[in-house]
This record gives sequence, structure tokens and C-alpha cells, in this order.
Amino acid sequence: MKRSITRLLMAPSVIMLLVWMIIPLSMTIYFSTIRYNLLYPGQNNFVGLMNFEFFITDPGFFPAVSNTLILLLSVLIITVVLGVMLSALIDKPFFGQGIVRVLLISPFFIMPTVNALIWKNMMMNPVYGIFAWISQSLGLEPIDWLSSYPLMSVIIMVSWQWLPFAILVFVTALQSQDTEQKEAAQMDGATGWHIFRYLTIPHLARPIAVVVMIETIFLLAVFAEIFVSTGGGPGYDSTNLAYLIYNQALLQYDVGVASAGGLFAVLLANIVAFFLIRAVGKNLTV
Amino acid sequence: MTLNQQRKLKTIITGLFAWTVALVLFFPIFWMFITSFKTELQAISIPPTLVFEPTLDNFRVVQERSDYLHHAWNSVVTSFGSTIIALIIAVPAAYSMAFFPGKRTKDILLWMLSTKMLPAVGVLVPIYILCRDYGLLDSKTALVIIFTLMNLPIIVWMLFSYFKDLPKEILEAARMDGATPWDEVVKVVLPLSVGAISSTALLSIVLCWNEAFWSLNLTASDAAPLTAMIASYSSPEGLFWAKLSAASTLACAPIVIFGWFCQKQLVQGLTFGAVK
Repeated sequence: MKRSITRLLMAPSVIMLLVWMIIPLSMTIYFSTIRYNLLYPGQNNFVGLMNFEFFITDPGFFPAVSNTLILLLSVLIITVVLGVMLSALIDKPFFGQGIVRVLLISPFFIMPTVNALIWKNMMMNPVYGIFAWISQSLGLEPIDWLSSYPLMSVIIMVSWQWLPFAILVFVTALQSQDTEQKEAAQMDGATGWHIFRYLTIPHLARPIAVVVMIETIFLLAVFAEIFVSTGGGPGYDSTNLAYLIYNQALLQYDVGVASAGGLFAVLLANIVAFFLIRAVGKNLTV
Repeated sequence: MTLNQQRKLKTIITGLFAWTVALVLFFPIFWMFITSFKTELQAISIPPTLVFEPTLDNFRVVQERSDYLHHAWNSVVTSFGSTIIALIIAVPAAYSMAFFPGKRTKDILLWMLSTKMLPAVGVLVPIYILCRDYGLLDSKTALVIIFTLMNLPIIVWMLFSYFKDLPKEILEAARMDGATPWDEVVKVVLPLSVGAISSTALLSIVLCWNEAFWSLNLTASDAAPLTAMIASYSSPEGLFWAKLSAASTLACAPIVIFGWFCQKQLVQGLTFGAVK
């Protein structure tokens, strides 16, 4: 087929994605350099880098950046480490494997707003929640999760959603592992740990890279869980960048500062992506 | 113990362990489901009530109070609408990249992936203002457009990785027999990739159904899909967990059941075919 036809077939996708990237992004750049508050229309003069200064000196800025990174890293570590261990343990035939898989993957299909509401109310409520009841039964003082450990609560909710995804990917990947190799190693006297360390982990290198990449895309943008459960608080204790910018734009109507924040988020995502896309690009056979 | 007995014991331990993990992870969903059949008083009782007379009242109240069917319809229209549009745009692109790769193909694919790394908050303000200026706030049209663009890279990738695995010999054979490029696509490639296209569609529907960022920020009541409707239950006006559970169950049930049937395809899809 001629090159021109191939190009023609690709054109709609490429052009639409280009437009989707360039127009809003250039608007964000423009807004970030002007004074623009939805409450005071008509005073849109150029202010240079002042919006960036405002955003960076906002008391919520450092908590938001660190919370974003803590959330990202904690969930990545929890899901990958637990995911690898659990999938290696259940990758053997046992009674009711099919049902277990179905149960395991289910949290992944729960929408983020429902996820946050179930955990906030029925699990973590300090009076009527399941956790409170468990601590009471054990004779302990119930914990008010959302106000005492807000970021950790969000981490628990998000991990609950993504651990099933990691497990499922790893279990699927393990099915293609060479059983003869494992048996040969066993014959030679390798222990379970050795097989796990020297055969299973290397086999999972690529699935791990993929899981890390996909989770990163979604984890940098966690929003609904925070919006519904903690509202970013108390204070800025569970505010991440996405929530801080939402707060500036749609609650304080300060489009200029919110745009500056948006650009900062783009920058942060690009720094993370730079490393990830390169790592993954190497791993993908195109 | 003989070797056989040892093996049996191992299987039992593995099974017990796997079941425990699965039940613990599934518990919140189970609890939501159970609570949706309780009265409000039973829902907050300590110790938790396990035996009770189930009631369907909550579901009725949810429909009356927040018009579940209206929001469910919004979810259906936005998820299916954007999925269909995205497929129409993505299939030709993936097809040409998989069957006629050029020097730039890999770069284009990676660039598409990189657009997914652009965080939504980075463009929240302009999209919000564009929607406001064009009267698209709280409209399904805006959500359909955004969902389409949001999932386009994933859909192209997924289709590409499927198409790439189709045997090229079949196409060559068809060409030898005098098939035109159009015949090739319609009579050879599409029938061979029904499975691929439907699992791509499934993944896209799941992602749209559960999308919350844009739904929460761009819709109020008219166009609010289920994700946004549920958020309205977060206001702390008294405890009404039974109704909250009923609403949540109704919102999640379709997609969870949907997901159960196609979990394997979803893994393949979400990992861009890198894990099979």
C-alpha cells in the first residue's frame, strides 16, 4: 500500500491527539501569565511569572508535591511487592481457583467515588465502621482514620483498587513461565526461595515495568478518592497536586494561579514519564 | 509423610491462603452489597448485623431520591458513545501501523502513550472554560468528546498490539487472490480481529464508566454519570449507609459483572499486550 494511504489512515488519530494536547496546553500557558480570576472579569493584564510565584509560595504547595509523590511511591511499592508475593503463592492449582480470581479482581472495577465512600463510611468510620468494631473487640481504642491518618487512608483506598490489577497481571504472566526450568532447578536442589529469586522475579521484570508505568499514569492523577473522602484535609494533610489545582480553579476561581499549577503538574509528570517511557520503550517490541 | 501427601498438603495450604486473601480483598464489596438490603438502623449497628430480614426499600428510595435510571443512562451513553467513536478513529490507525510500519511508527506510538502522561489537571482550566463558553458544561457531548480523546491512545495501542500478531501470510494470500485493500480490511482483517476489537471496546467502556475526574468537574445534574451521582452521597447530612450502599451497588454492579467475564482480555488490554 502507498505511504500516502497509510498516512491518511493514521491522520485522524494523530491530528485529534495533537489538537487535544496543543490547544488546552497553550491556553494553560497563556492563562498562567495573566491575572485571571473568574470573580473579577475584565482585568486580565499580563503579570509575567507572578502566578507561578503565588502557586509555589502557597502554603499548600509543598505538602501537595510531597503528598503526590508519597502517594505514588507507597501505592507502587505496596501493589508491586504484595502483588508479586501473592501471585507467586497462588500460582498453583487449588480448589476454586476461578472464583478466587473473580473475587480478587473485583475491587479494580469499583468506581473511585464508590471506593472512597465505602472505605470512609463502612470501614473507617471511628464509631460505626468495621475497623472500629475490630479494635473495640480487641479492647483497643478505635482510630479515626480519616482525621488522624488522612494520607494513609487514601493510600489504603487506592492500593485496594490497584493491588488486584497487579495480582492479575502477574498471575497471567506467571502462567507463561517455563515449568520444566522450575522442575530442573528443583531437581538440582534449589529451594523455593531460590526459584522465586532467580527464576520468577526475572520472568516478571517486564510485567512489573508495565504495571509501574500504567499505575503511574493513574496515580499521579488521583482525585476522586480525595474529593469524596478527606476533601484534601485536615489542613493540607491529604491534598495532592491534582486536588490543590482543582481547589484553586473551581473553588477559588483563580484561573491564573491554577494554570500555573497545572503547568507544574505537567512538568512533574514529564519528569516521571521521561524515565518511565524510556524504560518501557526499551521493553516493548514494536 | 509420603511425597504425595506432602503435595496434597501444599495444595490445601495454598488454597486456604488464596481464599483468605481473596475474601479479605473482596470484603468491602460484600459488605456494601449486604448493607444495601438492611434498614438504616441495622446498617450502623455494632456489632455488625449479619442475620436480618432483607429489604428492597433502599433501592426504591435511591431511584426516587436521585433518579438512578437517569444517571445510569448518562453513564451508558457516555461510555458506549465515546467507545464507538474512538474505535472508528483508532482501527484504521492501528491497522496501518501494524501492517505497514514505517520508520516513524514506534515514535508515533510512544508519543501517543506520552499524551496519556499529560495530567488532566494540567488542562482542567482551559477545558472547563471552553466548555463554559460553548455551553457544554453539564452536557453529555462534552463528556463523550473528552472520554474519546482520553482513551484514544490506549485503544490505538491495544489494537496495534493485536493486529501485529495477526499472521501476515493470510493477507498476502488474499492479495495474491486479487483482493483490493478494502476487501483485505473488510473480509480478512476485521473478521480475524472481532475478539481483539471487542476486548478493546470492553476496556474502554470500563475506563469510561469509572472515570471520575472530568465527570465530577464538568457535570452537575443533567449529564452527571453514576460516578458523579454517587459523590452526592458524600455530604455528611446524617448517616444513611443503607441507601449509600444501595446506590453504590447499583452503580457498580453492571461493570463488575461485565468485568468478571472479560478479566483476561482486560489484562492484555491494559498492559498493551505486553502481558499475555
